[in-house]
Amino acid sequence: MSDLLQQPWPWYVAGPLIGLMVPTLLLVGNKALGISSSLRHLCAACVPAGIPFLTYNWRAEIWNLVFVLGVALGGFIGYRLLGHPDVVNISAATVHDLRTQLHLTDFTGLLPKELFALDNLANWKGWVFLVLGGFLVGFGTRYAGGCTSGHAISGLSNLQWVSLVAVIGFFVGGLLMTWVIYPLLF
Amino acid sequence: MKYFKYLILGTLFGIILTKSEVISWFRIQEMFRFQSFHMYGVIGSAILVGMVSVQLIKRNHLKSLSGEPIVLAEKQFSHGTWIGGLLFGIGWALTGACPGPMFAQLGSGIGSAAVLILAALAGTWTYSALREKLPH
Repeated sequence: MSDLLQQPWPWYVAGPLIGLMVPTLLLVGNKALGISSSLRHLCAACVPAGIPFLTYNWRAEIWNLVFVLGVALGGFIGYRLLGHPDVVNISAATVHDLRTQLHLTDFTGLLPKELFALDNLANWKGWVFLVLGGFLVGFGTRYAGGCTSGHAISGLSNLQWVSLVAVIGFFVGGLLMTWVIYPLLF
Repeated sequence: MKYFKYLILGTLFGIILTKSEVISWFRIQEMFRFQSFHMYGVIGSAILVGMVSVQLIKRNHLKSLSGEPIVLAEKQFSHGTWIGGLLFGIGWALTGACPGPMFAQLGSGIGSAAVLILAALAGTWTYSALREKLPH
C-alpha cells in the first residue's frame, strides 16, 4: 500500500479519481469544479480597483479559495510526504526532443531548472516562461471562462459545447506554442 | 468549519494531481508532442467518469447534502471562449501548468510557482480591467 502511494499513479487510477471530484463537489455542496475562478476571487478580494468585473460578493466564493488552499496542501503531501522519483518518467522521445531542440540537460524535478529557476528572471527565459506564461494562463482562462478543470473536466462532463470549443482552443494554443513558437525561441 | 470539507476535497485533488505528475512541465510537453498516452488517459478518463456521474445525478434528480436540487450552470459562448482558449493554451505549453497545478507546484516547494501565480493574477486582473474593450 505504501509503495502504491509513493510511486507515481498511472492514468487509469488518477483520471477516474479526478473525474469523481465533479459529482463529489456537486453532491457535497452544489459546487462546480473549477480552479481558475479562484484567481478572479483573489483579485476581487485584494485589488478590485473599482473594476465592475471584480466588484461582486467574492465572500460567497470562499469555498473555492479554501479548495485551492487544499490543492497546495495536497501538493506538499503528494510530493514531499508521500515521496516522488527524482526524474519524471517521460518518454525517451520527449527527452530526446527537449535535449536537441531546447538544449535541456537537467531532467530532475517537476520543471526544468534551466528554464524555471528564479535566477532566470535575470534573462529573457524567466520573463517568457514564468511571467509571460503565467500572465497568459491568468488572462486566457478568464477570457475563455474556465480552465482545464472548469471547461475540460467539469464543462465536458456536463456536455457543454462551449467547453468543447474552449478545450479545442487550449490544444490548438498549446500545439502552436510547442511546434511553431518553441523552435523560434531556441 | 463549513469550509472544512472543501479543504479536504482540495487536498485530495492536489494529491491526485501531484501523484499523477500532471503538475510536471515535462508531462505537458510530452502531451503536446504526442509522445505518451499518459495525459490523454488522465484527462479522457476523468471526463468519462465525470460525464457518467453528472448524467446519473441529472437523471435521478439527486439533491446536494443540504437538500438543494443540484444545478450545474451552463457556460455562455462568446468570442472569448476561443480567443481566451488559444491564449491559455499558449501559456499552458510555456509554463506546463494550468491553474490547479500551479498551486500544487507551490505546495510541493517550487519557489518559481509563486511567480507563476502572481503573473496569473496579473493576467486575470488585466483581463478584468480591459473586459469592456475586448471582443466577446
